[in-house]
Amino acid sequence: MNDRLSPRVRDRLSSLGLLAAALAASAVIAGAITSAVLLATGVDPGYAFAEMFSYGFRPNSVVAIINQGTTYYIAAIAVAIGFKMKLFNIGVDGQYRLAALLGAAVGGAWVLPPVIHQVVIILVAVMVGGFWAGIAGYLKVARGISEVISTIMLNSIATGITAYLLTEDRLAVQVQGSNNIGTRPIAESGWVPGIPAGFLGANNEIYGLVLLAAAVGVGYWLLVNRTRYGFDLRATGQSATAAAASGVEVKRMVVYSMVISGMVAGLIGMPQLLGASHHYALDFPVGLGFTGIAIALLGRNHPVGIVFAALLWAFLEQSSLALTIHDIPREIVVITQAAIVLTVVVVYEVVHRIGRRMQQQRVGAQLGTAEVA
Amino acid sequence: MTKLASVAMAGALVMAAAACGGGEGGGTEGGGDGAARVGLAYDIGGRGDRSFNDAAYRGLEQVAEELDLEVQDLAAEADETDADKVARLQLMAEEGYNPIIAVGFAYSGAVAQVAAEYPDVQFAIVDDEANDLPNLTNLVFAEEQASFLAGAAAALATEEDHIGFVGGVENPLIQKFEAGYVAGAQHINPDIQIDIAYITQPPDFTGFTDPARGQAAAQGQYDAGADVVYHAAGASGNGVIDAAVANEQLVIGVDSDQYLTADPEEQPYILTSAVKLVDTAVFEFVQGAVNGTAEGGTVRFDLANEGVGYSRSNTELIGEYEEQLDELQQQIIDGEIEVPTEP
Repeated sequence: MNDRLSPRVRDRLSSLGLLAAALAASAVIAGAITSAVLLATGVDPGYAFAEMFSYGFRPNSVVAIINQGTTYYIAAIAVAIGFKMKLFNIGVDGQYRLAALLGAAVGGAWVLPPVIHQVVIILVAVMVGGFWAGIAGYLKVARGISEVISTIMLNSIATGITAYLLTEDRLAVQVQGSNNIGTRPIAESGWVPGIPAGFLGANNEIYGLVLLAAAVGVGYWLLVNRTRYGFDLRATGQSATAAAASGVEVKRMVVYSMVISGMVAGLIGMPQLLGASHHYALDFPVGLGFTGIAIALLGRNHPVGIVFAALLWAFLEQSSLALTIHDIPREIVVITQAAIVLTVVVVYEVVHRIGRRMQQQRVGAQLGTAEVA
Repeated sequence: MTKLASVAMAGALVMAAAACGGGEGGGTEGGGDGAARVGLAYDIGGRGDRSFNDAAYRGLEQVAEELDLEVQDLAAEADETDADKVARLQLMAEEGYNPIIAVGFAYSGAVAQVAAEYPDVQFAIVDDEANDLPNLTNLVFAEEQASFLAGAAAALATEEDHIGFVGGVENPLIQKFEAGYVAGAQHINPDIQIDIAYITQPPDFTGFTDPARGQAAAQGQYDAGADVVYHAAGASGNGVIDAAVANEQLVIGVDSDQYLTADPEEQPYILTSAVKLVDTAVFEFVQGAVNGTAEGGTVRFDLANEGVGYSRSNTELIGEYEEQLDELQQQIIDGEIEVPTEP
């Protein structure tokens, strides 16, 4: 039994190892590219990196990176579900914004007992996100409209709907003494308390919903690797015609995948909403869906890979703050991020080929010895 | 085995990098070396809008020159969260910047949190009065009053009895500009036609940073027959000015005196600007903070204390209306005219 299982475990471990190696290699290459740009602009790269690391590993920075990474992680998983089936859900952005707005509006409208309050808000967000993505899924199977086009357009429509709803006659109230407007604040019974980060020496708190992100990651892994649906998903992603020939209903899979991707997208705003801002206002973060695409690519749609990718992304953004104070443009980090995403695709392919060749050699050697015996 | 080795090596690399960074970090910490250092954090748009953020920057420049203090300004990014703003303010506080000025209402929550964490540091926020902390000064402006005079100036200068307004983003702040402008124009001529356009609706804030769409919006109003357009659109306003020049029609600037920042060939078309003296507010706050006289609470800048107003730089155009405008200004100061803050 153990002997039969171990090759599979070994393969899985080695694929994870390859992923880590690819990530590290591309980080080194991206670092080299960034250094070249820094040198060209007359900045000592060693100094810049030292400043970034020193600031990025301060306790408060670590907490900020974990919090930002939490949000990025959920965003990337939402995108990855579509990617697994070769569906390009660019609409994650609109899905989470609309979900957060309506979740916040419902959460602010009623005061419910704790636990029920949070669950209601999260359920509303999940349903809104799933519904909004489902439109694109329906359009694809019923009308043959590429999900790339429809989700981009649905993003704009979501912006329009938000603008319509976020006015004082409808869902919004003016924040006292401010030029901001937002939904009615969620009562304290609907908040998710933060995790004190005193053990890191920080006075900021980690989002309580970091646990939600972890659950999303586990759920994603189980869904893809341990369910019939996940098998169909991967099969359809690799070859839709072959999957259809073996009895997978591809159209239904498209709709399901978009809806599930959208449901996860609905969760993206929750750590921020329930853990920090407690209302959806003009200053709610936008654009997380697009960041999620980059991070899903970087993490190769792997639930653990995305953890590293999300944390790396958040680390680069957070630590780049230290550059601004020394008059080094922080946009340099955008170059680093772009270089990492581009190189990881190439490096992963190279590493993957090396791995496959080694596997072939091993299998060949085993077959060879088997013949001799 | 080789795979394992490569993974291990990658891991070691990361660890080494981390250790190296951590080690060197120890030496660079702890900034404060006696003299006050002034930090300023921008709203989205940042420096170069020739309007709101640039006005704050001018105040900072004045601080550097006249008070001989070290200054530092940091820009915000379009898609950042509150946590990023908190981190920016915390970084400045930790690096020994004091006082620290946050520009724009988006900093409201962030500045409240950080000001509470660093009670010894003096903070200020522009355009927001939601918080009440002993070490936080709220710098707010009566934009509607300046806009009222801009509207009156537009109504006096128009030949077609048709004027326009281009707002950057349709949020309560910019609606204050609109409300004042409309009231001022209608005070001069109740039957005047006023076209209102906003470039974007929130949560899309690109309306403050998109000159091309600013130009398109203004072009539409000039095409429809308007001959004076007032903009409250931050950096997008540069496009509105371009449209005015292209159509040889008049335009009214905002926040800064845009006659002074415009190119010579643009200047003949800039009737006036509804000025919001963010620079003065920033400078006076820093001066107070350095002298130890800065107080928590709200400082309101309006026509009465000359914190807002209209610019008289384009003497050729505005000169003949100055008397009337000054009279209106006095009536607002005296409370005879009440300017609405909502359209």
